[in-house]
Amino acid sequence: MSLDSTFTPVPERHVLAKALANRSFLVGLVITGLVAAMALVSFFWTPYDITRLAVAERMQGLSLAHPFGTDHMGRDILSMIMIGARNSIAVAIVAVGIGMGLGVPLGALAAARGGWADEALMRVNDVVFAFPALLTAVMITAIFGPGAVNAIIAIGIFNVPVFARVARAGALSLWPREFVLAARAAGKGAVLITVEHILPNIASLLLVQGTIQFALGILAEAGLSYLGLGAQPPMPSWGRMLFDAQTRMAVAPHLALFPGLAIVITVLGLNLLGDGLRDVLDPRIRRER
Amino acid sequence: MTAFVLKRLAVGLLTLLAASLVVFFVLEVLPGDPARIMLGMNASPEALHALRTEMGLDRPVALRYLDWLFGMARGDFGRSYTYSSPVLALVAERLAVSLPLALMALALSTAIAIPVGIYAAARHGRPSDTLAMGLAQVGVAIPNFWFAMLLVYVFAVGLRLLPAGGFSGWGVGLDGLWQGVKALLLPAVSLALPQAAILARVTRSAMLEVLGEDYIRTARAKGLPRRKVLWRHGLRNAMIPVLTILGLQFAFLLAGTIIIENVFYLPGLGRLVFQAISQRDLIVVEGVVMLLVAAIVLINLLVDICYAVVDPRLRSSR
Repeated sequence: MSLDSTFTPVPERHVLAKALANRSFLVGLVITGLVAAMALVSFFWTPYDITRLAVAERMQGLSLAHPFGTDHMGRDILSMIMIGARNSIAVAIVAVGIGMGLGVPLGALAAARGGWADEALMRVNDVVFAFPALLTAVMITAIFGPGAVNAIIAIGIFNVPVFARVARAGALSLWPREFVLAARAAGKGAVLITVEHILPNIASLLLVQGTIQFALGILAEAGLSYLGLGAQPPMPSWGRMLFDAQTRMAVAPHLALFPGLAIVITVLGLNLLGDGLRDVLDPRIRRER
Repeated sequence: MTAFVLKRLAVGLLTLLAASLVVFFVLEVLPGDPARIMLGMNASPEALHALRTEMGLDRPVALRYLDWLFGMARGDFGRSYTYSSPVLALVAERLAVSLPLALMALALSTAIAIPVGIYAAARHGRPSDTLAMGLAQVGVAIPNFWFAMLLVYVFAVGLRLLPAGGFSGWGVGLDGLWQGVKALLLPAVSLALPQAAILARVTRSAMLEVLGEDYIRTARAKGLPRRKVLWRHGLRNAMIPVLTILGLQFAFLLAGTIIIENVFYLPGLGRLVFQAISQRDLIVVEGVVMLLVAAIVLINLLVDICYAVVDPRLRSSR
């Protein structure tokens, strides 16, 4: 999913009205908001304390007391999913942060300087893109030790070239524009122009890409946790819950159902939000679709 | 055209060289001496020293890197410490699982996604388009290993139609072939679903763009049936973005099956690397990663050349 390099910034007063009229955006926003709220609530309250094991109550089906049932150690699955949301969101957000924090300055710099700096950045990008992302993330976490922090780094590294590319493409399309030319004529340097004129105008592109990478990060984290390379027990994570459920599928399929649904709903919400944002913020693409 | 291909080839080779530096030196700084891990904690210092000499671990890093690099250039990827067989032989053995799996998944996803994408584009804005794209949105959001678990529950545990995992190899004759295909069917379907969802979306938007062009209107105006216009004029011109995604997806499938191989206990390339990492069998990890990087570089190169063949304007602009 790549974004086009040429676009026209939208005047801000139209954005909100447009956003509220966009179904994809609204549904995505509601879902994402609910997942985020669930993660926040879990800091203060969960239906059950998941650190207390109750072997007598293990692998119960759905009931009023445990709406999603209990796992192989008698822990309430709803509570596990609520706390697991924290982990998924935290890993994905920091991984997007790493990607933006390193990628955007690099991309903007390449666009501003051009020449060898630009060429060098694009070639380094080629090298990173040539690595099979998932396998490399598995390698990084397996080698430097499993855990949430290394999972963040492994996912974040592959976000850097993505944001560098989007920032560069967006910035390149702005540099020949009149308002940038005017700023140059006024004697502003490349850094100041980038900060004052380029970055605000590519913010919407970055926001859309950020939402997409956020969703991909949630999926990647789930995969790494499933392999046992993400957050370590007793910290619950959706991927790890699926791994624990796998050998018990024949007896208790609900163990796999709910963590999986949590991942699907979260990723779906973020993708809808991203699609909606793109429609709202980028009228050129909207016309074509 | 030749100049374009040569330039892309040179960039590809430089990418490979850079990747080899990264792979070798990152794995080199790792804690854990492979010789000690192989011999165990109670190894005598003499035995350890002898093995280190045999494996070449006592030589300077730069020399070992060059040895490894020139070995690969000659087609010699070294020998695995744990399997005591050549890395290339191990890879070939595992490719007998991973390659058919990747091809099956790719064929499935293409067979589903391209008709769905074209259909949705042709019915742009109608309920069937909305439904198809809604399903595609859900498909993109489903983690393939979770989908795999659900498939196992339905088709292996419930209906007992297909094996839940494992791969006993490609047997003899048609029956042996069928056994192999049966073992790879569920993994292939679970890999294909999210890929198909992405591909259907790309096909649809590429088709929509093409369907707005003048030559489509001309073709319709001269009386060509709708179906013919869609497939002959439409799909042909929408192929560039579709091919790009197909190339990327094939590359992803070759390396990205690592989680699915774990779900189904398949002895593929991903499991080979996964086990080699935990046993610190670095030469295997290095070799497989380099081969995968080479495959990705090659696929990108082929896609670029396809572009240039289709659209001459792209030859000079890169």
